[in-house]
Amino acid sequence: MNIVVCVKYVPDAGADPRFASDNTTDRAGVDGLLSELDEYAVEEALKIVEQAGDGKVTVLTVGPDDATDAARKALQMGADEAYHVVDDAIHGTDALGTSTILAQAIKRLEYDIVLTGMASTDGTMGVVPAMLAERLGLPQVTLASELTVEGSTVRIRRDNDAASETVEATLPAVISVTDQINEPRYPSFKGIMAAKKKPLQTWSLADLEISADDVGQSAAWTAVEEIAARPPRQAGQIVTDEGDGGSKLVEFLAGAKLV
Amino acid sequence: MSEILVLVDHLDGAVRKPTIELLTIAGRLGEPSAVFIGNGYENAASTLGEYGAKKAYRVEGEGLNDYLVAPKAEALAQIVTDVSPGAVLIPSSAENKEIAARVAVKTGSGLITDAIDVQAGEGGAPVTQQSAFAASFTVTAKVTKGTPIITVKPNSANPEPVSGTAEPEVVPVPVTISEAAKGARVVERKPKEKTGRPDLTEAAIVVSGGRGTNGDFGPVEAFADALGAAVGASRAAVDAGWYPHSSQVGQTGKQVSPQLYIAAGISGAIQHRAGMQTSKTIVAINKDPEAPIFELVDFGVVGDLFTVLPQATEEAVKRKG
Repeated sequence: MNIVVCVKYVPDAGADPRFASDNTTDRAGVDGLLSELDEYAVEEALKIVEQAGDGKVTVLTVGPDDATDAARKALQMGADEAYHVVDDAIHGTDALGTSTILAQAIKRLEYDIVLTGMASTDGTMGVVPAMLAERLGLPQVTLASELTVEGSTVRIRRDNDAASETVEATLPAVISVTDQINEPRYPSFKGIMAAKKKPLQTWSLADLEISADDVGQSAAWTAVEEIAARPPRQAGQIVTDEGDGGSKLVEFLAGAKLV
Repeated sequence: MSEILVLVDHLDGAVRKPTIELLTIAGRLGEPSAVFIGNGYENAASTLGEYGAKKAYRVEGEGLNDYLVAPKAEALAQIVTDVSPGAVLIPSSAENKEIAARVAVKTGSGLITDAIDVQAGEGGAPVTQQSAFAASFTVTAKVTKGTPIITVKPNSANPEPVSGTAEPEVVPVPVTISEAAKGARVVERKPKEKTGRPDLTEAAIVVSGGRGTNGDFGPVEAFADALGAAVGASRAAVDAGWYPHSSQVGQTGKQVSPQLYIAAGISGAIQHRAGMQTSKTIVAINKDPEAPIFELVDFGVVGDLFTVLPQATEEAVKRKG
Protein backbone atom coordinates (compact mmCIF):
# COMPACT_ATOMS: atom_id res chain seq x y z
CA MET A 1 0.00 0.00 0.00
CA ASN A 2 1.82 3.12 -1.25
CA ILE A 3 0.37 6.55 -0.61
CA VAL A 4 1.39 9.94 -2.00
CA VAL A 5 0.27 12.77 0.29
CA CYS A 6 0.19 16.25 -1.24
CA VAL A 7 0.87 19.00 1.30
CA LYS A 8 1.15 22.77 1.19
CA TYR A 9 3.36 25.30 2.94
CA VAL A 10 1.14 28.23 3.93
CA PRO A 11 1.50 31.54 5.78
CA ASP A 12 0.77 31.23 9.51
CA ALA A 13 -2.74 32.63 9.95
CA GLY A 14 -1.73 34.21 13.25
CA ALA A 15 1.29 35.94 11.70
CA ASP A 16 -0.52 38.56 9.59
CA PRO A 17 -0.66 36.95 6.18
CA ARG A 18 -0.56 39.46 3.34
CA PHE A 19 0.11 40.03 -0.34
CA ALA A 20 3.37 40.98 -1.99
CA SER A 21 3.68 43.95 -4.34
CA ASP A 22 2.97 41.77 -7.38
CA ASN A 23 -0.41 40.77 -5.90
CA THR A 24 0.70 37.23 -5.08
CA THR A 25 0.54 35.70 -1.60
CA ASP A 26 3.61 36.77 0.33
CA ARG A 27 5.26 33.48 1.16
CA ALA A 28 8.75 34.81 1.81
CA GLY A 29 8.11 37.69 4.20
CA VAL A 30 5.64 35.84 6.44
CA ASP A 31 6.37 32.82 8.64
CA GLY A 32 4.96 29.64 7.15
CA LEU A 33 4.17 26.10 8.17
CA LEU A 34 2.55 22.85 7.06
CA SER A 35 -1.12 23.68 6.43
CA GLU A 36 -3.11 22.48 9.43
CA LEU A 37 -5.64 20.65 7.26
CA ASP A 38 -2.82 18.67 5.60
CA GLU A 39 -1.81 17.19 8.97
CA TYR A 40 -5.02 15.17 8.89
CA ALA A 41 -4.04 13.83 5.46
CA VAL A 42 -0.55 12.84 6.61
CA GLU A 43 -2.01 11.15 9.70
CA GLU A 44 -4.56 9.23 7.64
CA ALA A 45 -1.89 8.05 5.20
CA LEU A 46 0.26 6.82 8.09
CA LYS A 47 -2.71 4.96 9.60
CA ILE A 48 -3.65 3.27 6.33
CA VAL A 49 -0.10 2.07 5.67
CA GLU A 50 0.31 0.94 9.30
CA GLN A 51 -2.88 -1.06 8.99
CA ALA A 52 -1.83 -2.59 5.65
CA GLY A 53 1.41 -3.66 7.32
CA ASP A 54 3.44 -2.88 4.24
CA GLY A 55 4.10 0.08 1.97
CA LYS A 56 5.26 3.68 2.21
CA VAL A 57 4.04 7.24 2.60
CA THR A 58 5.57 9.69 0.15
CA VAL A 59 5.08 13.42 0.75
CA LEU A 60 4.85 15.78 -2.21
CA THR A 61 4.82 19.55 -2.10
CA VAL A 62 5.09 22.40 -4.60
CA GLY A 63 6.37 25.65 -3.16
CA PRO A 64 9.23 28.08 -2.61
CA ASP A 65 12.46 27.13 -0.81
CA ASP A 66 10.90 27.27 2.67
CA ALA A 67 8.28 24.72 1.69
CA THR A 68 10.77 22.04 2.73
CA ASP A 69 9.63 22.88 6.27
CA ALA A 70 6.19 21.49 5.43
CA ALA A 71 7.65 18.34 3.92
CA ARG A 72 9.96 17.94 6.88
CA LYS A 73 7.12 18.14 9.40
CA ALA A 74 5.36 15.33 7.55
CA LEU A 75 8.57 13.25 7.65
CA GLN A 76 8.79 13.90 11.39
CA MET A 77 5.24 12.60 11.81
CA GLY A 78 6.37 9.38 10.14
CA ALA A 79 6.26 9.72 6.36
CA ASP A 80 9.05 7.80 4.60
CA GLU A 81 10.28 10.16 1.90
CA ALA A 82 9.53 13.55 0.39
CA TYR A 83 9.64 15.33 -2.94
CA HIS A 84 9.67 19.12 -3.19
CA VAL A 85 9.01 20.74 -6.54
CA VAL A 86 10.72 24.10 -6.48
CA ASP A 87 11.47 26.49 -9.33
CA ASP A 88 11.45 30.30 -9.61
CA ALA A 89 9.12 30.04 -12.58
CA ILE A 90 6.39 28.57 -10.36
CA HIS A 91 5.89 31.87 -8.51
CA GLY A 92 2.29 33.09 -8.88
CA THR A 93 0.89 29.84 -10.30
CA ASP A 94 -2.88 29.44 -10.00
CA ALA A 95 -4.72 26.32 -8.77
CA LEU A 96 -5.07 24.96 -12.30
CA GLY A 97 -1.30 25.25 -12.79
CA THR A 98 -0.56 23.77 -9.36
CA SER A 99 -2.69 20.74 -10.17
CA THR A 100 -0.80 20.30 -13.45
CA ILE A 101 2.56 20.33 -11.64
CA LEU A 102 1.35 17.94 -8.92
CA ALA A 103 -0.11 15.56 -11.52
CA GLN A 104 3.15 15.45 -13.45
CA ALA A 105 5.06 14.70 -10.25
CA ILE A 106 2.56 12.06 -9.12
CA LYS A 107 2.88 10.23 -12.45
CA ARG A 108 6.55 9.60 -11.59
CA LEU A 109 5.70 7.98 -8.26
CA GLU A 110 4.28 4.61 -7.24
CA TYR A 111 0.94 4.88 -5.50
CA ASP A 112 -2.33 3.18 -4.68
CA ILE A 113 -3.76 6.34 -3.16
CA VAL A 114 -3.19 10.07 -3.68
CA LEU A 115 -4.25 11.70 -0.41
CA THR A 116 -4.79 15.38 0.36
CA GLY A 117 -6.42 17.66 2.91
CA MET A 118 -9.83 19.20 2.18
CA ALA A 119 -8.48 22.65 1.26
CA SER A 120 -5.48 24.86 1.92
CA THR A 121 -5.77 27.29 4.81
CA ASP A 122 -4.52 30.23 2.73
CA GLY A 123 -6.29 30.00 -0.64
CA THR A 124 -9.17 27.99 0.85
CA MET A 125 -10.42 27.01 -2.60
CA GLY A 126 -10.68 23.24 -2.02
CA VAL A 127 -10.40 22.54 -5.76
CA VAL A 128 -7.00 20.89 -6.28
CA PRO A 129 -8.12 17.37 -5.23
CA ALA A 130 -10.95 17.38 -7.81
CA MET A 131 -8.56 18.76 -10.45
CA LEU A 132 -6.05 16.00 -9.65
CA ALA A 133 -8.76 13.35 -10.10
CA GLU A 134 -9.68 14.91 -13.44
CA ARG A 135 -6.09 15.16 -14.66
CA LEU A 136 -4.99 11.71 -13.47
CA GLY A 137 -8.21 10.01 -14.63
CA LEU A 138 -8.79 8.55 -11.16
CA PRO A 139 -11.95 8.24 -9.04
CA GLN A 140 -12.56 11.34 -6.92
CA VAL A 141 -13.31 10.29 -3.33
CA THR A 142 -13.19 13.57 -1.49
CA LEU A 143 -14.16 15.27 1.76
CA ALA A 144 -14.04 12.06 3.77
CA SER A 145 -14.94 12.32 7.46
CA GLU A 146 -14.62 8.55 7.85
CA LEU A 147 -12.57 6.17 5.73
CA THR A 148 -11.88 2.45 5.44
CA VAL A 149 -9.69 0.58 2.97
CA GLU A 150 -10.48 -3.07 2.38
CA GLY A 151 -8.23 -4.71 -0.17
CA SER A 152 -8.55 -2.54 -3.24
CA THR A 153 -11.79 -0.84 -2.22
CA VAL A 154 -11.99 2.44 -0.35
CA ARG A 155 -15.22 3.49 1.35
CA ILE A 156 -15.82 6.93 2.84
CA ARG A 157 -18.51 8.89 4.63
CA ARG A 158 -18.97 12.34 3.18
CA ASP A 159 -21.27 14.94 4.79
CA ASN A 160 -22.98 17.84 3.11
CA ASP A 161 -25.82 20.13 4.21
CA ALA A 162 -28.58 17.90 2.97
CA ALA A 163 -27.29 14.41 3.61
CA SER A 164 -24.55 12.03 4.66
CA GLU A 165 -23.27 9.95 1.74
CA THR A 166 -21.34 6.69 1.65
CA VAL A 167 -19.04 6.65 -1.39
CA GLU A 168 -17.02 3.70 -2.66
CA ALA A 169 -14.29 3.36 -5.24
CA THR A 170 -11.74 0.89 -6.49
CA LEU A 171 -8.11 1.91 -6.03
CA PRO A 172 -6.09 3.71 -7.24
CA ALA A 173 -8.01 6.86 -6.31
CA VAL A 174 -7.65 10.49 -5.24
CA ILE A 175 -8.90 10.90 -1.68
CA SER A 176 -9.23 14.04 0.43
CA VAL A 177 -9.96 14.07 4.15
CA THR A 178 -11.59 16.64 6.44
CA ASP A 179 -10.52 17.63 9.95
CA GLN A 180 -13.15 15.24 11.32
CA ILE A 181 -11.30 12.14 10.21
CA ASN A 182 -8.65 11.66 12.89
CA GLU A 183 -6.37 13.30 15.46
CA PRO A 184 -2.97 14.03 13.90
CA ARG A 185 -0.06 12.70 15.96
CA TYR A 186 2.61 15.01 17.34
CA PRO A 187 6.08 14.15 16.05
CA SER A 188 7.92 12.20 18.73
CA PHE A 189 11.54 12.98 19.56
CA LYS A 190 12.49 9.74 17.83
CA GLY A 191 10.47 10.81 14.78
CA ILE A 192 12.17 14.20 14.65
CA MET A 193 15.61 12.57 14.76
CA ALA A 194 14.73 9.91 12.21
CA ALA A 195 13.36 12.52 9.80
CA LYS A 196 16.84 14.01 9.37
CA LYS A 197 17.98 10.88 7.56
CA LYS A 198 14.92 10.43 5.36
CA PRO A 199 15.23 11.21 1.65
CA LEU A 200 14.01 14.68 0.62
CA GLN A 201 14.47 15.22 -3.09
CA THR A 202 13.91 18.44 -5.00
CA TRP A 203 12.54 18.54 -8.52
CA SER A 204 12.61 21.48 -10.94
CA LEU A 205 10.07 22.08 -13.70
CA ALA A 206 12.61 20.70 -16.17
CA ASP A 207 12.80 17.47 -14.13
CA LEU A 208 9.04 17.14 -14.62
CA GLU A 209 9.21 18.11 -18.30
CA ILE A 210 6.98 21.12 -17.70
CA SER A 211 7.70 24.29 -19.66
CA ALA A 212 8.13 27.45 -17.58
CA ASP A 213 5.76 29.12 -20.07
CA ASP A 214 2.91 26.91 -18.91
CA VAL A 215 2.99 27.91 -15.24
CA GLY A 216 3.67 30.97 -13.11
CA GLN A 217 1.85 34.27 -12.81
CA SER A 218 1.80 35.18 -16.50
CA ALA A 219 0.43 31.78 -17.48
CA ALA A 220 -2.37 31.88 -14.91
CA TRP A 221 -5.92 31.88 -16.27
CA THR A 222 -7.05 34.49 -13.78
CA ALA A 223 -5.60 37.90 -12.96
CA VAL A 224 -5.84 39.97 -9.81
CA GLU A 225 -6.61 43.58 -10.67
CA GLU A 226 -6.53 45.12 -7.24
CA ILE A 227 -6.10 44.24 -3.59
CA ALA A 228 -7.43 46.54 -0.90
CA ALA A 229 -6.90 46.14 2.83
CA ARG A 230 -10.28 46.21 4.52
CA PRO A 231 -10.58 49.25 6.73
CA PRO A 232 -10.55 48.14 10.38
CA ARG A 233 -14.00 47.96 11.89
CA GLN A 234 -15.09 51.01 13.86
CA ALA A 235 -14.95 50.31 17.59
CA GLY A 236 -18.39 49.24 18.71
CA GLN A 237 -20.40 50.03 21.79
CA ILE A 238 -19.68 47.71 24.74
CA VAL A 239 -21.92 47.62 27.83
CA THR A 240 -21.57 45.66 31.03
CA ASP A 241 -24.57 43.66 32.13
CA GLU A 242 -26.09 45.13 35.27
CA GLY A 243 -29.34 43.25 35.01
CA ASP A 244 -30.30 44.94 31.75
CA GLY A 245 -27.73 43.60 29.28
CA GLY A 246 -30.29 41.59 27.34
CA SER A 247 -32.68 44.50 27.00
CA LYS A 248 -29.89 46.81 25.85
CA LEU A 249 -28.90 44.21 23.25
CA VAL A 250 -32.38 44.11 21.79
CA GLU A 251 -32.63 47.90 21.94
CA PHE A 252 -29.51 48.04 19.79
CA LEU A 253 -30.91 45.50 17.34
CA ALA A 254 -34.20 47.37 17.14
CA GLY A 255 -32.35 50.62 16.48
CA ALA A 256 -30.51 48.94 13.62
CA LYS A 257 -33.84 47.53 12.36
CA LEU A 258 -32.59 43.99 12.86
CA VAL A 259 -35.47 42.89 15.10
CA MET B 1 -26.29 39.60 -25.47
CA SER B 2 -24.18 36.90 -23.80
CA GLU B 3 -25.88 33.89 -22.35
CA ILE B 4 -24.89 33.37 -18.70
CA LEU B 5 -25.30 29.88 -17.24
CA VAL B 6 -26.41 29.48 -13.62
CA LEU B 7 -26.16 26.03 -12.02
CA VAL B 8 -29.32 25.43 -9.97
CA ASP B 9 -28.96 24.20 -6.38
CA HIS B 10 -32.18 22.47 -5.39
CA LEU B 11 -33.78 19.72 -3.36
CA ASP B 12 -36.24 17.89 -5.61
CA GLY B 13 -36.95 21.11 -7.45
CA ALA B 14 -37.16 23.40 -4.39
CA VAL B 15 -34.70 26.07 -5.51
CA ARG B 16 -32.31 27.27 -2.80
CA LYS B 17 -31.91 30.98 -2.14
CA PRO B 18 -28.28 31.36 -3.34
CA THR B 19 -29.39 30.23 -6.83
CA ILE B 20 -31.87 33.08 -7.18
CA GLU B 21 -29.19 35.51 -5.98
CA LEU B 22 -27.07 34.19 -8.85
CA LEU B 23 -29.86 34.67 -11.37
CA THR B 24 -29.94 38.32 -10.36
CA ILE B 25 -26.16 38.58 -10.74
CA ALA B 26 -26.38 36.79 -14.12
CA GLY B 27 -28.85 39.46 -15.23
CA ARG B 28 -26.09 42.07 -14.80
CA LEU B 29 -23.79 40.18 -17.14
CA GLY B 30 -26.13 39.00 -19.87
CA GLU B 31 -29.13 36.76 -20.36
CA PRO B 32 -29.52 34.16 -17.58
CA SER B 33 -30.02 30.49 -18.45
CA ALA B 34 -30.52 27.94 -15.68
CA VAL B 35 -28.86 24.53 -15.73
CA PHE B 36 -31.07 22.06 -13.87
CA ILE B 37 -29.67 18.61 -13.06
CA GLY B 38 -31.87 15.99 -11.42
CA ASN B 39 -35.54 15.50 -10.60
CA GLY B 40 -38.29 17.94 -9.75
CA TYR B 41 -37.97 20.55 -12.50
CA GLU B 42 -41.76 21.15 -12.45
CA ASN B 43 -41.32 22.55 -8.92
CA ALA B 44 -38.51 24.88 -9.99
CA ALA B 45 -39.78 26.26 -13.28
CA SER B 46 -41.80 29.22 -12.05
CA THR B 47 -39.15 30.35 -9.51
CA LEU B 48 -36.44 30.22 -12.16
CA GLY B 49 -38.57 32.25 -14.52
CA GLU B 50 -39.57 34.73 -11.83
CA TYR B 51 -35.91 35.59 -11.19
CA GLY B 52 -34.98 35.99 -14.83
CA ALA B 53 -33.99 32.65 -16.33
CA LYS B 54 -34.94 32.80 -20.01
CA LYS B 55 -33.88 29.23 -20.70
CA ALA B 56 -33.51 26.13 -18.59
CA TYR B 57 -31.20 23.33 -19.68
CA ARG B 58 -32.73 20.20 -18.21
CA VAL B 59 -30.06 17.56 -17.76
CA GLU B 60 -31.43 14.07 -17.55
CA GLY B 61 -29.68 10.75 -17.66
CA GLU B 62 -29.21 7.48 -15.87
CA GLY B 63 -26.98 7.61 -12.84
CA LEU B 64 -26.39 11.36 -12.49
CA ASN B 65 -26.87 11.08 -8.73
CA ASP B 66 -25.29 7.65 -8.34
CA TYR B 67 -21.72 8.78 -8.93
CA LEU B 68 -19.94 11.58 -7.12
CA VAL B 69 -19.46 14.95 -8.89
CA ALA B 70 -17.88 13.68 -12.12
CA PRO B 71 -21.14 13.12 -14.10
CA LYS B 72 -22.48 16.58 -13.23
CA ALA B 73 -19.16 18.13 -14.26
CA GLU B 74 -19.27 16.23 -17.55
CA ALA B 75 -22.81 17.41 -18.28
CA LEU B 76 -22.08 21.05 -17.42
CA ALA B 77 -18.85 21.05 -19.45
CA GLN B 78 -20.80 19.66 -22.40
CA ILE B 79 -23.31 22.52 -22.20
CA VAL B 80 -20.48 25.08 -21.91
CA THR B 81 -18.87 23.68 -25.07
CA ASP B 82 -22.17 23.62 -26.97
CA VAL B 83 -23.44 27.04 -25.90
CA SER B 84 -20.25 29.15 -25.43
CA PRO B 85 -21.72 31.27 -22.62
CA GLY B 86 -20.26 34.55 -21.40
CA ALA B 87 -19.77 33.02 -17.94
CA VAL B 88 -20.85 30.17 -15.68
CA LEU B 89 -22.08 31.09 -12.18
CA ILE B 90 -22.25 28.38 -9.54
CA PRO B 91 -23.43 28.70 -5.91
CA SER B 92 -20.39 28.08 -3.65
CA SER B 93 -20.48 24.89 -1.66
CA ALA B 94 -17.84 22.21 -1.18
CA GLU B 95 -19.38 19.94 -3.82
CA ASN B 96 -20.14 22.73 -6.27
CA LYS B 97 -16.56 23.96 -6.12
CA GLU B 98 -15.47 20.47 -7.14
CA ILE B 99 -17.87 20.56 -10.09
CA ALA B 100 -16.58 24.02 -11.03
CA ALA B 101 -12.97 22.80 -10.76
CA ARG B 102 -13.51 19.87 -13.11
CA VAL B 103 -15.46 22.00 -15.61
CA ALA B 104 -12.58 24.51 -15.60
CA VAL B 105 -10.06 21.77 -16.42
CA LYS B 106 -12.31 20.18 -19.06
CA THR B 107 -13.07 23.44 -20.86
CA GLY B 108 -9.63 25.09 -20.46
CA SER B 109 -11.12 27.95 -18.46
CA GLY B 110 -10.02 30.12 -15.55
CA LEU B 111 -11.73 29.58 -12.20
CA ILE B 112 -12.62 32.03 -9.41
CA THR B 113 -14.13 30.62 -6.21
CA ASP B 114 -16.08 32.17 -3.34
CA ALA B 115 -16.79 35.51 -5.00
CA ILE B 116 -18.71 37.92 -2.77
CA ASP B 117 -19.69 40.14 -5.69
CA VAL B 118 -19.68 39.98 -9.48
CA GLN B 119 -20.18 43.00 -11.72
CA ALA B 120 -19.91 43.61 -15.44
CA GLY B 121 -16.52 45.07 -16.31
CA GLU B 122 -15.00 46.12 -19.62
CA GLY B 123 -16.89 44.72 -22.55
CA GLY B 124 -19.33 43.02 -20.17
CA ALA B 125 -16.74 40.53 -18.89
CA PRO B 126 -17.33 39.62 -15.24
CA VAL B 127 -15.18 41.22 -12.55
CA THR B 128 -15.25 39.56 -9.15
CA GLN B 129 -14.58 40.53 -5.55
CA GLN B 130 -13.30 38.05 -2.98
CA SER B 131 -12.45 38.24 0.68
CA ALA B 132 -8.95 37.00 1.64
CA PHE B 133 -7.10 36.13 4.85
CA ALA B 134 -10.00 36.15 7.31
CA ALA B 135 -11.49 39.19 5.57
CA SER B 136 -8.38 41.35 5.98
CA PHE B 137 -8.31 42.03 2.25
CA THR B 138 -10.74 42.48 -0.62
CA VAL B 139 -9.41 41.15 -3.93
CA THR B 140 -10.69 42.27 -7.35
CA ALA B 141 -10.04 39.75 -10.11
CA LYS B 142 -11.11 38.40 -13.48
CA VAL B 143 -10.70 35.31 -15.60
CA THR B 144 -8.30 35.72 -18.50
CA LYS B 145 -8.74 32.45 -20.41
CA GLY B 146 -11.70 30.46 -21.62
CA THR B 147 -15.20 30.81 -20.16
CA PRO B 148 -15.17 32.48 -16.72
CA ILE B 149 -16.23 29.84 -14.18
CA ILE B 150 -17.19 31.64 -10.96
CA THR B 151 -18.54 30.23 -7.71
CA VAL B 152 -20.39 32.79 -5.61
CA LYS B 153 -21.03 32.76 -1.85
CA PRO B 154 -24.53 32.95 -0.38
CA ASN B 155 -25.73 36.41 0.72
CA SER B 156 -23.80 38.12 -2.08
CA ALA B 157 -26.74 39.79 -3.79
CA ASN B 158 -30.36 40.77 -3.17
CA PRO B 159 -32.52 38.63 -5.40
CA GLU B 160 -34.60 40.79 -7.74
CA PRO B 161 -37.70 39.35 -9.36
CA VAL B 162 -37.97 40.29 -13.01
CA SER B 163 -41.41 41.60 -13.98
CA GLY B 164 -43.54 39.98 -16.61
CA THR B 165 -41.60 36.75 -16.86
CA ALA B 166 -42.80 33.48 -18.18
CA GLU B 167 -41.39 30.11 -17.31
CA PRO B 168 -38.03 29.47 -19.00
CA GLU B 169 -37.85 27.83 -22.41
CA VAL B 170 -36.82 24.25 -21.65
CA VAL B 171 -33.89 22.76 -23.55
CA PRO B 172 -33.55 19.04 -22.81
CA VAL B 173 -29.95 17.86 -22.53
CA PRO B 174 -29.75 14.08 -22.63
CA VAL B 175 -26.42 12.83 -21.29
CA THR B 176 -24.64 9.52 -21.28
CA ILE B 177 -22.17 9.34 -18.46
CA SER B 178 -18.72 8.16 -19.51
CA GLU B 179 -17.15 5.16 -17.80
CA ALA B 180 -14.45 7.48 -16.46
CA ALA B 181 -17.07 9.45 -14.54
CA LYS B 182 -18.35 6.36 -12.74
CA GLY B 183 -15.30 5.86 -10.53
CA ALA B 184 -16.81 7.06 -7.24
CA ARG B 185 -20.10 5.27 -6.51
CA VAL B 186 -22.58 6.74 -4.05
CA VAL B 187 -23.84 3.60 -2.33
CA GLU B 188 -25.94 5.22 0.38
CA ARG B 189 -27.46 8.58 1.12
CA LYS B 190 -28.91 9.45 4.54
CA PRO B 191 -30.82 12.74 4.46
CA LYS B 192 -30.12 14.99 7.43
CA GLU B 193 -32.94 15.75 9.81
CA LYS B 194 -34.41 19.16 9.24
CA THR B 195 -34.14 21.47 12.25
CA GLY B 196 -36.85 23.84 11.06
CA ARG B 197 -34.27 26.62 11.23
CA PRO B 198 -32.79 28.39 8.20
CA ASP B 199 -29.67 26.98 6.54
CA LEU B 200 -26.53 28.30 8.25
CA THR B 201 -24.75 29.66 5.19
CA GLU B 202 -27.92 31.25 3.75
CA ALA B 203 -29.51 32.69 6.91
CA ALA B 204 -29.88 36.43 7.40
CA ILE B 205 -29.24 36.05 11.14
CA VAL B 206 -26.95 33.57 12.91
CA VAL B 207 -26.68 33.04 16.67
CA SER B 208 -23.64 31.00 17.68
CA GLY B 209 -22.57 29.41 20.93
CA GLY B 210 -19.08 28.58 22.14
CA ARG B 211 -17.20 27.33 25.16
CA GLY B 212 -19.14 29.70 27.41
CA THR B 213 -22.30 27.65 26.94
CA ASN B 214 -20.69 24.79 28.83
CA GLY B 215 -22.64 22.38 26.67
CA ASP B 216 -26.05 23.95 27.20
CA PHE B 217 -27.19 25.50 23.93
CA GLY B 218 -30.72 26.12 25.26
CA PRO B 219 -30.41 29.92 25.62
CA VAL B 220 -28.65 30.17 22.23
CA GLU B 221 -31.39 28.17 20.49
CA ALA B 222 -34.19 30.08 22.21
CA PHE B 223 -32.76 33.43 21.12
CA ALA B 224 -32.18 32.12 17.59
CA ASP B 225 -35.79 30.99 17.39
CA ALA B 226 -37.04 34.35 18.64
CA LEU B 227 -35.11 35.98 15.78
CA GLY B 228 -35.85 33.30 13.15
CA ALA B 229 -32.12 32.67 12.98
CA ALA B 230 -29.81 29.75 12.23
CA VAL B 231 -27.69 28.31 15.05
CA GLY B 232 -23.92 28.09 14.74
CA ALA B 233 -21.19 26.73 16.98
CA SER B 234 -17.52 27.44 17.58
CA ARG B 235 -14.91 24.75 16.98
CA ALA B 236 -14.48 24.33 20.74
CA ALA B 237 -18.17 23.55 21.13
CA VAL B 238 -18.13 21.09 18.25
CA ASP B 239 -14.94 19.36 19.39
CA ALA B 240 -16.51 18.98 22.84
CA GLY B 241 -19.41 17.18 21.18
CA TRP B 242 -21.97 19.82 22.17
CA TYR B 243 -23.15 20.62 18.65
CA PRO B 244 -22.82 18.94 15.24
CA HIS B 245 -19.94 19.72 12.88
CA SER B 246 -22.39 20.88 10.24
CA SER B 247 -23.05 23.90 12.48
CA GLN B 248 -19.40 24.81 12.95
CA VAL B 249 -18.53 28.36 11.94
CA GLY B 250 -14.86 28.93 11.31
CA GLN B 251 -11.84 28.25 9.15
CA THR B 252 -12.45 24.50 9.08
CA GLY B 253 -16.22 24.79 9.20
CA LYS B 254 -18.60 27.08 7.40
CA GLN B 255 -17.89 30.65 6.43
CA VAL B 256 -20.97 32.81 6.87
CA SER B 257 -21.75 36.40 6.02
CA PRO B 258 -25.21 37.16 7.42
CA GLN B 259 -26.82 40.53 8.11
CA LEU B 260 -26.46 39.86 11.83
CA TYR B 261 -24.06 37.53 13.66
CA ILE B 262 -24.41 37.06 17.42
CA ALA B 263 -21.58 35.24 19.22
CA ALA B 264 -22.39 33.99 22.72
CA GLY B 265 -19.61 32.60 24.92
CA ILE B 266 -17.13 32.68 22.04
CA SER B 267 -13.70 34.21 22.63
CA GLY B 268 -13.08 35.10 18.99
CA ALA B 269 -9.87 33.27 18.12
CA ILE B 270 -8.69 33.65 14.54
CA GLN B 271 -10.03 30.21 13.58
CA HIS B 272 -13.55 31.45 14.39
CA ARG B 273 -13.11 34.95 12.98
CA ALA B 274 -12.18 33.49 9.61
CA GLY B 275 -15.70 32.10 9.50
CA MET B 276 -17.77 35.20 10.29
CA GLN B 277 -15.69 38.35 9.99
CA THR B 278 -17.55 39.65 6.93
CA SER B 279 -20.94 39.65 8.69
CA LYS B 280 -22.63 43.03 8.28
CA THR B 281 -23.43 43.55 12.00
CA ILE B 282 -21.63 41.66 14.76
CA VAL B 283 -22.77 41.35 18.37
CA ALA B 284 -21.08 39.40 21.18
CA ILE B 285 -21.87 38.34 24.72
CA ASN B 286 -18.94 37.16 26.82
CA LYS B 287 -18.00 37.16 30.51
CA ASP B 288 -14.46 38.22 29.64
CA PRO B 289 -14.08 41.91 28.78
CA GLU B 290 -10.70 41.14 27.17
CA ALA B 291 -12.10 38.56 24.76
CA PRO B 292 -10.75 39.28 21.24
CA ILE B 293 -14.29 39.04 19.83
CA PHE B 294 -15.06 42.47 21.31
CA GLU B 295 -12.60 43.99 18.81
CA LEU B 296 -14.96 42.99 16.03
CA VAL B 297 -18.34 43.94 17.42
CA ASP B 298 -20.78 46.70 16.63
CA PHE B 299 -22.35 46.01 20.02
CA GLY B 300 -21.10 43.90 22.91
CA VAL B 301 -22.33 42.86 26.32
CA VAL B 302 -19.85 41.86 28.99
CA GLY B 303 -21.91 39.41 30.98
CA ASP B 304 -23.15 35.88 31.45
CA LEU B 305 -25.00 34.53 28.42
CA PHE B 306 -27.23 32.54 30.78
CA THR B 307 -28.70 35.83 32.04
CA VAL B 308 -28.30 38.06 29.01
CA LEU B 309 -29.75 35.75 26.35
CA PRO B 310 -32.99 34.80 28.14
CA GLN B 311 -33.68 38.49 28.84
CA ALA B 312 -32.92 39.33 25.22
CA THR B 313 -35.18 36.50 24.05
CA GLU B 314 -38.08 37.82 26.16
CA GLU B 315 -37.59 41.34 24.79
CA ALA B 316 -37.36 40.13 21.21
CA VAL B 317 -40.55 38.07 21.58
CA LYS B 318 -42.35 41.05 23.13
CA ARG B 319 -41.39 43.29 20.22
CA LYS B 320 -42.57 40.77 17.68
CA GLY B 321 -45.72 40.50 19.77
